[in-house]
Amino acid sequence: MDGSRTKRILIGKVGLDGHDRGAKFIVRALRNAGYEVIYSGIRRTPEQIVRTAVDEDVDVIGLSLLSGAHNELLARVAELLREEDAGNIVLFAGGTIPDRDIPHLESLGFKWVFTPGAPLSKILSALDEELKEGV
Amino acid sequence: MSDALRPHVERWKTEMLARSVEKIPEQADRQVTVSGTPVETLYLPQNVADQAVCEGYLRQTGFPGEYPFTRGVQPTMYRSRFWTMRQYAGFATAEETNERYRFLLEQGQTGLSVAFDLPTQIGYDSDHVLAAGEIGKVGVAIDTLADMEILFDSIPLDNVSTSMTINAPAAVLLAMYIAVGAKQGVSPEKLTGTIQNDVLKEYIARGTYIFPPAPSLRLITDIFAFAARHVPQFNTISVSGYHIREAGSTAAQEIGFTLADGIAYVQAAQAAGLDVDRFAPRVAFFFGAMTDVLEEVAKFRAARRLWARIMRDRFGAKSPRSCMLRFHTQTCGATLTAQQVDNNVVRVTLQALAAVLGGTQSLHTNSRDEALALPTEQAVQIALRTQQIIAHESGVANTVDPLAGSYYVEQLTDRIEAEAEAYIKRIDEMGGMVRAIERCYPQGEIEQSAYRYQQEIERGERTIVGVNRYTTKEDTQPDTLTIGEEATRRQIDRLTRVRAERDEAAVERALDTLEAAARSEDNLMPLILDAVSAYASVGEICDRLRNVFGEYEEQTT
Repeated sequence: MDGSRTKRILIGKVGLDGHDRGAKFIVRALRNAGYEVIYSGIRRTPEQIVRTAVDEDVDVIGLSLLSGAHNELLARVAELLREEDAGNIVLFAGGTIPDRDIPHLESLGFKWVFTPGAPLSKILSALDEELKEGV
Repeated sequence: MSDALRPHVERWKTEMLARSVEKIPEQADRQVTVSGTPVETLYLPQNVADQAVCEGYLRQTGFPGEYPFTRGVQPTMYRSRFWTMRQYAGFATAEETNERYRFLLEQGQTGLSVAFDLPTQIGYDSDHVLAAGEIGKVGVAIDTLADMEILFDSIPLDNVSTSMTINAPAAVLLAMYIAVGAKQGVSPEKLTGTIQNDVLKEYIARGTYIFPPAPSLRLITDIFAFAARHVPQFNTISVSGYHIREAGSTAAQEIGFTLADGIAYVQAAQAAGLDVDRFAPRVAFFFGAMTDVLEEVAKFRAARRLWARIMRDRFGAKSPRSCMLRFHTQTCGATLTAQQVDNNVVRVTLQALAAVLGGTQSLHTNSRDEALALPTEQAVQIALRTQQIIAHESGVANTVDPLAGSYYVEQLTDRIEAEAEAYIKRIDEMGGMVRAIERCYPQGEIEQSAYRYQQEIERGERTIVGVNRYTTKEDTQPDTLTIGEEATRRQIDRLTRVRAERDEAAVERALDTLEAAARSEDNLMPLILDAVSAYASVGEICDRLRNVFGEYEEQTT
């Protein structure tokens, strides 16, 4: 991978959930921070998310869910990425996700899970650090 | 003493107040303060000597129960009857949700409000591939009439009003409700309640659309026409600003975009040949309540006045009921914090107070744990108690529109009305709300407001207690509700069983007839009623309509 190109992030809404306020905020904030951001729009399937991620050769996927369907749908995304041999893509998640589900999501490969009230600065510094290391 | 307002007050008292009190008397406990001082139904400007001031008051503010309804839609408001306490609830399957409803009714709730899961809201059956992981998560799963029968088991539909948050498949769920009523021996004209049925705001802010705008508007007007004849006490639409606000809009945007949606529905119904005074009295609204109490009060007052003017001046409505903006309120879930969750009880109290001071007809109070998950029974009980305390103990329900005449609230009311009107004008210039949505105008405006608001929090310019100030170290989250796998299995099993036991030929016939009618201009409601009565599922019915209408796709940047 060319380390000098602008890092590319896919922000996705997976499942049937239409709550996109947080996702749209993150899209804009990451663009303002200099990242190239692709936004999936709402109501995407795990298959569509992974297809886009692979086709667009993204470095990071951030998925937002507020519907409670995170355990099932995020597991499916991680599984499909492995099948596509795209396990190098950094995964993170955000939304109304109870603390007790976070260890499970981390074990699936989600590097960070940001829950309501997480400051933007924390999300940005996590990404900056991760992507700097990757260069 | 010369008081120019006097004759108008006398007229209101004899024409409106006396008649209203005769029908629904005022309650004795609401006529004194806690200290024993008498409280009047209505307080007014005193000694208005100037004719222009008097006319200004009548034009902008007026009397409760009368055009332009700034002070409320009923002459006595809560002195006679409190708002309907209606907690939005639904999870897992019909059994669990039925149990929650019966608990809420036992606790003094006065109306039901059904939350459906996302597959139901988007017209997928529980065994559809896209329903995986979503069954019973944000609401109750309903596939067929069999589920709906369980949902309302031991709840007589002639004794309760039911609000259903259902939009794209609203016709299907209304038909199921009518069918359950029939099984209970309750005739359709006795049914009371509301279907949300507001698809335009789904494109703008909420996301549970199925069909493109034109056929969606046709389904909506079919419902208007059918309901006016058969379920005349049902609110056929709840034009919703709540989700627009939750997506991050300002108060004026909430009102501007919602009333612009309302205008689009009235235009569609008129274009379909319906008489405005026949359907408009059953048009209801739904707004959010944020924590900025006085801005919210002004917003509700502005919304009532502006809608009354739109209905009379733009649509030529003659009936006062057509001009009356009746609304449900929900406290704004996006204001709840996952940090120090008990603080949310206080936020909800302030928001509920705003709704009551603003003259709401019904109210849902959020539970303190909703930034984490669906609420537990205990959390819901506190939320309901919050309403009961405001109703019985706070005294704010003792007089109508108690904040009228406050310099601040009146000026803010005028300002929000003017700003909302400017949005409506802009949308008119674009050719109406459907065009504006296609150009992403309301979506873009909301997104900008949301971004600004969040940036203020990030930069610490706006304080959110417990989040960016006054933070504490917390180690454990309270227990939250979990929806188990077992519920999903039970739901799919029931659907399989219903499919095996029903008269398959009758179902196919009903669905074929429906699909053919969808290609014509016939009203689809009677045919949807036939299909659900034959135990056709939500997904099967929606699929037939998808064949004809196609599906909507969101535009993204």
